Amino acid sequence: MEASATTTAGGGRSALERSPLSRLPDQLTQWGLSALAVLLLLLIAYFFVRLIGKSELAFSHFGINFIFGNNWNPAAANGVGFFNALPLLVGTLVTSAIALLIGVPVAVATALFLTELCPRRARGPLGMLVDLLAAVPSVVYGLWGVFVLAPKLQGFEKWIANTFSFIPFIGGAADQVNASGNYFIAGLILAIMILPIVSAISREVLRTVPPEHKEAALALGATRWEMIRMAVLPYARPGVTGGAMLGLGRALGETIAVVLVIGDSDTLGKHIFDQGYTLAAVIANEFGEAANQPLHSSALFAAGLVLFVLTLIVNAVARWFVTRGTRGIRGAGTGGAMPGGAVAVGVEE
Amino acid sequence: MSAGKITLDTLPSISGRRRNVDRAMRGLMWAAITIALIPLVLVVYYLIHKGVGQWKGSFFTTDPNGNFFGNHGGIRSALLGSLELIGIASAIAIPVGIGVALYLTEYGKDSAFANAVRYFVDVMTGVPSIVFGLFIYITLVISNVGGSSFAGWKGAVAVTLLMLPIVIRSAEVVLLLVPNSLREAALALGAPRWRVITRVVLPTSLSGLVTGSLLAIARGMGETAPLLFTVSYTMNLTGNPNTLMNSLPVQIYNDIHSPEAAVQARAWGAALTLVALVLILNLIARAFSRRSRMT
Repeated sequence: MEASATTTAGGGRSALERSPLSRLPDQLTQWGLSALAVLLLLLIAYFFVRLIGKSELAFSHFGINFIFGNNWNPAAANGVGFFNALPLLVGTLVTSAIALLIGVPVAVATALFLTELCPRRARGPLGMLVDLLAAVPSVVYGLWGVFVLAPKLQGFEKWIANTFSFIPFIGGAADQVNASGNYFIAGLILAIMILPIVSAISREVLRTVPPEHKEAALALGATRWEMIRMAVLPYARPGVTGGAMLGLGRALGETIAVVLVIGDSDTLGKHIFDQGYTLAAVIANEFGEAANQPLHSSALFAAGLVLFVLTLIVNAVARWFVTRGTRGIRGAGTGGAMPGGAVAVGVEE
Repeated sequence: MSAGKITLDTLPSISGRRRNVDRAMRGLMWAAITIALIPLVLVVYYLIHKGVGQWKGSFFTTDPNGNFFGNHGGIRSALLGSLELIGIASAIAIPVGIGVALYLTEYGKDSAFANAVRYFVDVMTGVPSIVFGLFIYITLVISNVGGSSFAGWKGAVAVTLLMLPIVIRSAEVVLLLVPNSLREAALALGAPRWRVITRVVLPTSLSGLVTGSLLAIARGMGETAPLLFTVSYTMNLTGNPNTLMNSLPVQIYNDIHSPEAAVQARAWGAALTLVALVLILNLIARAFSRRSRMT
């Protein structure tokens, strides 16, 4: 390292170089900090292996049907239960899709407003308020969702189900809108929860659009919106996509807020106002009763494994998009851009 | 500001259709920020509306009890339990997190291993909190590590895992902001690396490190899912982290499931307490981050 530069040609120690003993604390710091980092990686790997081991029973028992079979029934007549997780997987995907459909457009528009339209003085406070949405704990969203949002929105849901009755999976079931919770309410709560994440990352990405591009568009006579559409959005697309996917990762794994408003039903719902379950919600709910049943608890671990792998894939792709988004910026010479993903940290958790 | 204000006679005026589209899209953006803030306003409104009435007399000084009739008790054990859990978790997560961040900025830099660590820390950020709960349940709870099955410190470890990536990534960003000229000046004066770290790098970035740590604490404080699998629930007050403990999120979660209106009302009071704590932490964090930006 640096020390070698001061070694004399003869191989002896120069007057400037420290004695081996006084270099010890330095080495200790380096080794200690490196060991910490290694330990962290080993820990993640260890957890992953243990989780696979614990879920093996369920996978060997049901095979690939554990994921694609449509029958989750802990109280099945065979005494040990029947665990095919398709209803849960579909619930997870449907609620997350609803969350993205509602949350992402609002989040991106919010970010555009805060970077392009908002009076400069109001940007800080308004941005902070949006960020504060991420500070509310999920159990509080669940409390609010189950006691306030779900009852108050019932009329609205029935109206949608009636009005859009021609759309499959949405309409024609006004009388079947489930009061105790359903996919739609869960998706709506998730939309609120991912909004600050997607908005914060989009803001970070939008802020890096070179002003020259915007000024050029305006100078050519573009209106404010045309400038956004032609100069800002194309430049920011990869980063915003990555932000939306990080939001998706969050929505897939959210547990407590969802379990309170999803309706807790093992069977696959027929439409978005039907009650259902998600992977995370079923783990939280059936965990207690499963403790003494090897197959049931293994099935829950397997559900956790599926969830884990799902979020890993989504997050890996998201990171790739976000880094691609920010790498372009570094190339453009803005310098000092945050390493990909770091933008997310402040708000994400 | 806007292009429309520069009215040179030579410029053709913007056609009506383009102007209307522009107005409509601006209107949509205004609508979006309004929609985005409605949930925050509503949540805070209902928390105060339903929660503040609970903040009376014995709410903070009695433990919840299982009584079906009469007084259901307050949230003392939940509040103190939460503080103890987050205290243990912070005591592990903050030093370890800043340590890993120091490794990344001072030693690892752009090496392949450092980038692998960065990647896996990012991966950890995306892992659902319930999965961390399962990890700890599998490794610590069912094997009865430490002679207990469910225990407070195991929940604290799960929360630590959640906080670590937040601390690491925010600390790394802040440590990178320390000008290299400061490090080089100290090294040129003959200071060894560890002294550069403790006397130059850390003090310079202190307020930023505090911000990241406080945000991580605020985040860890509100987590429910990992605690369900690791700490479980008890109504009694206990200071011993090797036994079942109570915590605010789990208390709220359990109270929601009660059929008793008075117990559900306690959930609102407890939720208001939790949100107040988290918001205060967030505001302090933001105050620190403003200070770090000024220096």
